[in-house]
Amino acid sequence: MGLSKSSTGSSLLTSDLELLDNNCNYVIALAGNPNVGKSTIFNNLTGMHQHTGNWPGKTVGNSTGHCFYQNADFLFVDIPGTYSIMSNSEEEEIARDYICFGHPDCTVIVVDATCLERNLNFVFQTMEITSNIVICVNLLDEAKKKKIHIDLDKLSIELGVPVVGVIARKKKTLSKLMDVIKNVCSSTNIINPKKVYYSTVIENCLSELENVLNSQFELSSNLSRWIALKLIDGDKTILNSIEKNLNIELLQNPTIQACVNSIWDTLNSNNIHKNDFRDMIVSSIMYQAEIICKKVCTYEDENYSKRDRKIDKILTSKKFGIPIMILFLAGIFWLTIVGSNYPSEILFSMFGWFQNKLLLFADFIHLPAWLSSMLISGVYQTLTWIVSVMLPPMAIFFPLFTILEDLGYLPRIAFNMDGFFKKCCCTR
Amino acid sequence: MVEQTILLSELPLNQKGYIKKLNCSGNIRRRLLDLGFVEGAQIMPVLTSALNDPRAFFIRGTLIAIRSEDASLILITSKM
Repeated sequence: MGLSKSSTGSSLLTSDLELLDNNCNYVIALAGNPNVGKSTIFNNLTGMHQHTGNWPGKTVGNSTGHCFYQNADFLFVDIPGTYSIMSNSEEEEIARDYICFGHPDCTVIVVDATCLERNLNFVFQTMEITSNIVICVNLLDEAKKKKIHIDLDKLSIELGVPVVGVIARKKKTLSKLMDVIKNVCSSTNIINPKKVYYSTVIENCLSELENVLNSQFELSSNLSRWIALKLIDGDKTILNSIEKNLNIELLQNPTIQACVNSIWDTLNSNNIHKNDFRDMIVSSIMYQAEIICKKVCTYEDENYSKRDRKIDKILTSKKFGIPIMILFLAGIFWLTIVGSNYPSEILFSMFGWFQNKLLLFADFIHLPAWLSSMLISGVYQTLTWIVSVMLPPMAIFFPLFTILEDLGYLPRIAFNMDGFFKKCCCTR
Repeated sequence: MVEQTILLSELPLNQKGYIKKLNCSGNIRRRLLDLGFVEGAQIMPVLTSALNDPRAFFIRGTLIAIRSEDASLILITSKM
C-alpha cells in the first residue's frame, strides 16, 4: 500500500471518528509502542489482512475491523505505534487524539515482554488520559526464550489495571484477552489506574489548576489532571486539539491563564524552568517504570542477551559487517536469478505445449488466420512469456527477503549503512 | 575519584556511564526523553557500526542506535 497524504494524515482520524457510529457494541483501541505486534493481534482478532512487518512504523494510519465474540460486535481500531504521546509527530498526534477524543470503550495497550521497562513509559502516559485500559503483554514466547519472567498478577496490582499475557501469533491465547476486554467494556467496575506521583511542588500546582478547571468545565478527574499538566507544559498543538475536540476554551480563558501564570511564578521561584518541567515529568514516569520493572521482571539468564550481542557484533563489525551484507544480498540475487531459470523453463514449455493445442483448436473451428494469430501468437504468447519470466524470480525473491526481515537482519543493515544513507541526504 | 563529565560520543565501548544533561532542545530533546534518555539513566555503548558512525547503546533494557552528532549532545558522568 502506498503512502499518501490522505492515507496518513490526520484527515484519517476524523473519518474514523465518524465511522464508529452505532453499528457495533464496543469500540476497542489497540495502542502501544512501535513493533510490539499490534497489527498481528488486530489481524488475528478481526481476520483481516493488515500488512505487518518486523520494523517500527509499519502502520501509519488508523485502520478498523470487526471481531465477534460471545454475541457482541467489537470494533477494533489499530493505532500507529508510538514511543510517547507527548511529542508531536503526526503518528503521535493520531494516536493521542484517538485515545483522548475517540472515546473508545476500552484501550488495549500492547507491550513487549522483552523490554517492558521502555514500554511502561507509554502505558503511564496513556493511563493519565483514560482509565478504561487493558494491558496486553505480548511476545511472551520471545521473553521465555530470553529467560525473562514477568509476574503478570503483580504487574496488574502495581498498575491498577487488568493485565493479560498473550502470544499474538497463537490465536488461542487471544481468547483470554477478549474475555478481559469484554469484562472491562460491559462491567460497571471503574478501573483505577495508578497515577504517577510528580514532585510535591508540581503536585500542588496540578491540584490548584485542576480545581480551577473543574469549576469551569465538567471533566472526569482523569482528564482534568491531564489537561492541567498540558496547560502548565504549554504545548500549543496539544492544547489546540483539546480545545477543538472537547469544545472548551483554555488559551483565551482569563481565569485559567491567570492560574497558569501564577503557577509558573511558583515553579520559577522553585528553580523549575520550562525545559526542566518536561524533564521532570518524563523522568518521574521513567523512574516509576524502573521501580515497577524491578518488582515484576526476573532475568534468569543474564547471558542470553550477550549471546545475541555476539552475533550482532559480527554482523556489524568493521571487518565482516559489509562483506557479510554483500554476501547475503549476493546470495539472494544469485538464488533468484539462477534458481528461477528452472521453473521458468518448465512454465515456458508448459505454456508452449498449450499454445500448440490452442492453434490446433483454432484450426478446427476454422478461426480466420488473422484472428488466431492475433489472439494466440499475440495476446496469449506475450502474456505467458511475461508470466514465465517474471513469476519465478518474484516467487523466490520475496520469500527470501521476508526471511531476512523476520530474522531482523534489515535493521542491522540500516545500522551499518547509516553513513551512506546520511550522505544521500536521508536525514532520519 | 574526580567526577568526570564527557560527551556520550566519547564514551568508550562497554563502559558504563550515567546521563547528566541533554544539551539540546525542541524535537530532538523530546525524542531522546521518549527513548529513555533522562538524567541519571545508566547507559553503555555496546556496538559500533561497520562505518564507525552510529553506535548502539544499551539503555533501559534495550539497544538504541544513535549517530555521533546526536550522541555529542548528551553529557555523561562516570559516577552517579
